[in-house]
Amino acid sequence: MIALSRWKVILVVLAVIFGVLFSLPNALPQKVVDALPGFMPKNRLNLGLDLQGGSYLMLEVDTAALRVERLTNLIEDVRTTLRDEKIVFSDLGQANGEVTVRITDPAQLNTAQNILRTRVGSDLPGAPGGRDLAVRTDNGVIRIAFAEEAVNAEAAKAVEQSMEIIRRRIDELGTREPSISRQGVNRIVVQAPGESDPERLKAIIGQTAKLSFQMVDESVTLQEAAAGRIPPGSELLPSEDGYSTMLLVKKRALVTGEMLTDAQQSFEQQTGAPVVSFRFNGQGARRFADATSQNVGKRFAIILDGKVISAPNINEPITGGSGQISGSFTPESANDLAVLLRAGALPAPLNVEEQRTVGAELGADAIKSGQISAYIAFGSVLIFMLLAYGLLFGGISIIALVVNGFLLVAAMSMTQATLTLPGIAGLILTLAVAVDANVLIYERMRDEVRAGRSPVSAADAGFSRAIVTVFDANITHLGAAMIMFSLGAGPVKGFAWTLAIGVITSVFSAVLVTQVLLGIWFRVARPKSLPIA
Amino acid sequence: MSKFWPLIKLLPVKTNFRFVKYSPIIGGISALACAASLFFTIWPATPPCGGLNCGVDFRGGTVLELSTVDGRPADLGKIRQALAGQGVGDIQVQAFGKASDVLVRFEVKDAAHATRAVDGVKAELVKALGPLNFKKTEVVGPKVSGELFRNGVLALLLGIGMMMTYIWFRFGLTFGIGAASALVHDVLLTFGLFAFTQMEFTLTAVASILTIIGYSVNDTVVILDRIRENLRKYKKMPLGDVIDLSINETLSRTAITGVTGIMALTGLAVFGGDALLGFSISMIFGIVVGTYSSFYIAAPVLLMLGVKRGEEDEVRPAAAGAAQRP
Repeated sequence: MIALSRWKVILVVLAVIFGVLFSLPNALPQKVVDALPGFMPKNRLNLGLDLQGGSYLMLEVDTAALRVERLTNLIEDVRTTLRDEKIVFSDLGQANGEVTVRITDPAQLNTAQNILRTRVGSDLPGAPGGRDLAVRTDNGVIRIAFAEEAVNAEAAKAVEQSMEIIRRRIDELGTREPSISRQGVNRIVVQAPGESDPERLKAIIGQTAKLSFQMVDESVTLQEAAAGRIPPGSELLPSEDGYSTMLLVKKRALVTGEMLTDAQQSFEQQTGAPVVSFRFNGQGARRFADATSQNVGKRFAIILDGKVISAPNINEPITGGSGQISGSFTPESANDLAVLLRAGALPAPLNVEEQRTVGAELGADAIKSGQISAYIAFGSVLIFMLLAYGLLFGGISIIALVVNGFLLVAAMSMTQATLTLPGIAGLILTLAVAVDANVLIYERMRDEVRAGRSPVSAADAGFSRAIVTVFDANITHLGAAMIMFSLGAGPVKGFAWTLAIGVITSVFSAVLVTQVLLGIWFRVARPKSLPIA
Repeated sequence: MSKFWPLIKLLPVKTNFRFVKYSPIIGGISALACAASLFFTIWPATPPCGGLNCGVDFRGGTVLELSTVDGRPADLGKIRQALAGQGVGDIQVQAFGKASDVLVRFEVKDAAHATRAVDGVKAELVKALGPLNFKKTEVVGPKVSGELFRNGVLALLLGIGMMMTYIWFRFGLTFGIGAASALVHDVLLTFGLFAFTQMEFTLTAVASILTIIGYSVNDTVVILDRIRENLRKYKKMPLGDVIDLSINETLSRTAITGVTGIMALTGLAVFGGDALLGFSISMIFGIVVGTYSSFYIAAPVLLMLGVKRGEEDEVRPAAAGAAQRP
C-alpha cells in the first residue's frame, strides 16, 4: 500500500489550513482585515518599493570627515589648554592624522605632556584607565593622535546617532512607515514607501544641520582676511546673510545646536518674514546671556553647516533664553530648518551613495503585469500537466501546485519578506520547479510499471526513488538562492528569498501533498493499472 | 479522445537516440561557442563591463524614466539640450513605450555629488519641457556600483563552486567535473547572449544567471543520478551506452520540465513589462542551454574522464569510445 501514514495526512491538512489562513489577508479588503479577531493573522504581502512605489536611499556616514573635524577641535583644545597653563608653544597644526605642537621651552616639555595627557581628551569607554588619545614626544614636538579604538568607537557611535536623528527627522515629516536600517559598518539604508517626495526627503536627511553661534571677528577687515591675514583662532566662512559673501568669525562656539530645546517656524512680528524661533536649555541660556552681555555692540554669526545664515548686531544682552533666526527663508524652508534643529545635528556628514525612486504609478503597472504573467504561467502549466498526465495525475499535481501557491503566499506574508518585481519572477519560476518534482515522481512510476511492478509497488518505488533525485535537484536550487541572498542587493535579495521559500514549499507540496492524494486514491479506487503508464 | 489523452501515451515509451555518438563534434562546436561568448563578453576590454551593456548597477550613473504629465509627445532634442549644460557626460536619451515616455541616462562627472546633480538636472528638465512625471530615478554612486559588480562576480563564482562541491560530495569527482563543465558552459553562453544582443546587464541579469546555474545543475543531477543508477544496474554495459540509455530514459521528464518552464517564462517575457524582459529571455535561453549541456557537456565529460564502477575495472576512455552497441 502506498504509504498513507497518519502523520503525513495530519501534516498536509495542517499545512493547508496554515496556508489558507495566512494568505487570506491578501484577498480581503483592509477594513475586513482590521476587523478580524486578534488571533487571526493580519499580515499581507510586503510589497517592495518597485511594486508600491517609493524611495530607497543608501547613505554613507562620512567617517573621514568626522576624523578631520575631531582633529580640528583637538587643535583648539590644545591651544586653550596650553595658553591657560602659560606654556609657550609654536607650530600647532596637524599632519598625518596627528596634532603636533612644538614646546618652545624644553623645561616645560614634561609638564606640557602631562597636562595634555590628563586634561585633553577623555577616558576610553569600556577600558578602565585607557585614554582616547595617545600623547608622545620626539625632539621637543608633542604628537597627539586618537587611539584606534577611540576612532572606531566614535565612528560606530556616529552611525548609531545618525540613524536615530534620521528617524526623528523623518517622523517629523510624517512620512508613512519609513524603514531605516544599518548596512555594513557605516551605511544606512532608508526606505520610504508611497508618494513621498524623494528630493525633500534627501534634503532633510542629508543636511548635517550643525548650528552654532560664534562671534564675528572684526579685528581685521574682510579684505585683509581674504588676502590671507586671518588671525589665529578665527576662520573665514561663506555667508548667506545677504550683506557679504564671506565673513570672518571666531572659531570658538558660544552656543551650539545641542543646547536648543525647541525650534519652531514663525513669522517676524514687524516684517512678517518667515523666521525660526528657538529656545535654549539652561546651560545654553546662561552661556548666551553671558556672551551677549560681554559683547554688546558687536556682531555674532549664526552658522549652519559651515555657512553664515545671519549675523545680527547685539543691541542688548539677551537673557531670556530664546531668540529667532532670520535669513532668506520661505515658510517651507524655515519649517524644514526648524525640523532639523529639533531633531538635532548629524554627528558627521552623510553622502548619498545610491538612490532608487519608483513612482506609485509605475509600481502599480508592475504589479499588474506581474499578476497577468503569473496567471498565464499557472494556466499554461495547468493545461500542459492535464494534457500530459490526464485528469487524475495531472489534477493531483495541479492541486499540489495550488497548495504550494497558498503556502508560498502565506510564508511570504508571515515572514514579511519583501516581494519585489524579480521576486514575482521567482514565484513564477517556482511554479515550473514545483511541477518538476511531480514530473520526476510520475516518470519514475511509469518506469517501474514498465519494469513489471504492480501499480501499488510501482507508486511506492516511484516515490522513494524519485525523492532522492528531487532533493538533490532542489538543494542545488536552494544553494543558488542562498548565495544570491547573501551577496545580492535590494531586488535580488527579494528574488532569492522568494525562490528559497518557493523551493521549500514546492518540495513539500509536490512530495507530501501528491503522496497523500495518491494514497487516498489508491485506497478508494484500488486500481489495477496506473493511468499514466 | 481518451485514445489520445493523456498525451504521454502518444509519446514513444522508449527512445533510442544516440547522443554520445555525435558528442565529439557537438562538443567541439560548444567549446567554440563558449570561446566566442567569452571573447565578446570581455572585448573591448574596457572596465568594468567589457562587451556587456552594463546598466547603472555596475557602471554607476543615473537613469531617469520620465513622461510628460499631459501625455503629449516628449521632445528628445530639447531634453538633450537641457542636459548639455548640466555638467553631466555620456548622455543617452531614448524614447520607449509611448511617445510621451523617455528614458534618460547620464553619468555625473563629480561622482561625490551624484545625487545632488540629479536634482539639478530634474529641475532643468522641468524648466525646459514643462511639468514632468518622474516615474523612476536610479542613482548609483561609483563606490556602490563597484561593490555590486564585485559581489555579482563573487556570487557567480561561489555559485559554480558550491554546485560543483555538492555534486562532488554526492556523486564523486568525475561527476562533479562533468556538472561543473556544463555549468561553466551555460554561464558563458548566457554572458554571450547578453554581449551579443546588447541587452542591458543589471543586477537582475546576475540573478537570472544564478538561477540558470540552479536550473542547469538540477537538470544535470537528474541525468547523472540515472547514469549512476544504470552503472550499478548494468555492470557490463559500456559507459557510452549507459549514458545514452540514461539520457533516453529521462528524456520525457527533461522535455516536460523544460516545456513547462519555458511556458511559464514566456508569459513573463510577453506580459512582464520592460523590467523583466531581459530576465525572462535569459532564463528561457538558460533552460535551453542548460538542458542541452546536460546531454552534450556533462555526460560526454564523464566519457572522457572515465568512471570508476564499484569493484569493477575502471572504464578507460578508449574502451568506452571503441564500444559499439550490440
